Amino acid sequence: MTVGDLPALNIADLQSLLRRGQVSPLEVMEALRSRIAAIDPNIEAYLSFDYEAAAHEAEQADVTLPLGGVPIAVKDIINVAGQPCTCASNILKTYRAPYDATVIRKLRAAGAIPFGKTNMDEFAMGSSTENSRIKSTRNPWDPARVPGGSSGGSAAAVAADEAFGALGTDTGGSIRQPAALCGVVGFKPSYGRVSRFGVVAFASSLDQVGPLTKTVRDSALLMNALAGHDPQDTTSLDAPVPDYTTALGRDLRGMRIGLPKEYMVEGIEPEVKRAIDTAVGQLQSLHAEIVEISLPHTDLAVAVYYILATAEASANLARFDGVRYGHRAENARDINDFYGRTRAEGFGAEVKRRIILGTYVLSSGYYDAYYLRAQKVRELIRQDFSRAFATVDVLVSPTSPTAAFLLGEKTADPLQMYLADIFTIAANLAGICGVSVPCGFAEDGDKRLPIGLQFLGKPLDEARLLQVAHAYEQSTDWHKARPPLP
Amino acid sequence: MSESAELDVGYVAKLARLNLTPAETELFQKQLGDILQYVAKLSEVDVTQVEASTYAVPVFNVFREDEARDWFTAEEALQNAPRQRDHLFIVPKVME
Repeated sequence: MTVGDLPALNIADLQSLLRRGQVSPLEVMEALRSRIAAIDPNIEAYLSFDYEAAAHEAEQADVTLPLGGVPIAVKDIINVAGQPCTCASNILKTYRAPYDATVIRKLRAAGAIPFGKTNMDEFAMGSSTENSRIKSTRNPWDPARVPGGSSGGSAAAVAADEAFGALGTDTGGSIRQPAALCGVVGFKPSYGRVSRFGVVAFASSLDQVGPLTKTVRDSALLMNALAGHDPQDTTSLDAPVPDYTTALGRDLRGMRIGLPKEYMVEGIEPEVKRAIDTAVGQLQSLHAEIVEISLPHTDLAVAVYYILATAEASANLARFDGVRYGHRAENARDINDFYGRTRAEGFGAEVKRRIILGTYVLSSGYYDAYYLRAQKVRELIRQDFSRAFATVDVLVSPTSPTAAFLLGEKTADPLQMYLADIFTIAANLAGICGVSVPCGFAEDGDKRLPIGLQFLGKPLDEARLLQVAHAYEQSTDWHKARPPLP
Repeated sequence: MSESAELDVGYVAKLARLNLTPAETELFQKQLGDILQYVAKLSEVDVTQVEASTYAVPVFNVFREDEARDWFTAEEALQNAPRQRDHLFIVPKVME
């Protein structure tokens, strides 16, 4: 192995080299930097770097720590002290984070090095990263296609060996869907499992931070560092954190896996359906018991989501007023013109659309019909999952109904873009945990486009979810496939 | 559930303190009309026996001790302010 081969490693393999002293953290950081310099002009996964601080941290790194000396990429919605935190928005273009988010503090305590910030849909609103106001990230498997979103930069960076692992956020599928479209592992913890302190809020009853990695084991390693109670996030749960690597390697004998019949119907691309059917057969050959179950309110999830998420977003984004941070309009006529222009100049089209929709569903006369009703249907969706988990241990489904779509294909029709999240959104509404793992490819001419398999687990049952995902992953070679890059 | 025709994008934009161009207003009126038509399916669900859920996992009354702790200095709090003077944010004029 040469230094140039280092970026292709997963975190677990990188760690064993670091711990045996065969490579130094600084050499790792330099090798990654060279890889990014060579590849990122074609992918554009990153928005900014802090290589100087990273080199300093690498020199001091303690490789005996759980993630000692491992560089980690961070979605640009998470505050890393001294680095930009743009949310890919013009309104935060000049913002510099004055403090570390709790997840960053925890990663640092575990020895990891948060060295760079990745592209995303503006304020995490989107499913293709095309809503970034800064640059357009391309799918490493086909540069004509989107990487998914909103954590598209993180997913593309991991897929292109420009990151050993990355942090994303998932409000309606924004970790799992780009992971599926880029052929990597994306893990969304249960609501409350990971602190959001220092993460710019989009929809506070749905947002979670989680890892994107090359393997399930790496997600477990990152979850060991990320999970746990934080007094600075009142929604974070005070529940014990297991060692997520312990259950990895156990077989699936006796595991009951539910197949929601509503998830295998209309709108799924034939190649996706075929890949999921094959994966389900593979789970059976691993001695898991497949049980067909029903989630009767599945069809309502996207509608509920776009009422609740936009309502919460319209309230959260009210803080961008041109006074304390961010863009500020000049020469306003009066105070309302000042706010109105600051926000008009700062926000992009999708963010504006969602602010309008969210303000409307919360406005006097419409609150009961939209917002309150959506909250009640959300409860029905949550009950669907509780009933399912009374009879099965985890659920399995496609992550996305399609493989990566073309850049520009869905930008003119917001509703079509929203439907890209049809299989991921319900997990956020129900607060449960979910993971996407690679399970095959769709062929498009000479291009191979990754397909993701989603597992969903009970609230706080991350360990079992990782166990099942790991058993599936290790029985296939899909996670070893690499995009056609130099 | 209300008809999507009731959404007046121009009026809601004022509530949201968001100046839209005429072209944006027209485009959003159509796009959001489509989305409201899509979400209208929620009106067919019987929710009479259902309690609204705000959070997926119930968490109630999270308090901490009311104690002073180290946090930002004034300089740190102001470091991203577009305009500031004498350790204060400059706000736009609100009274004549």
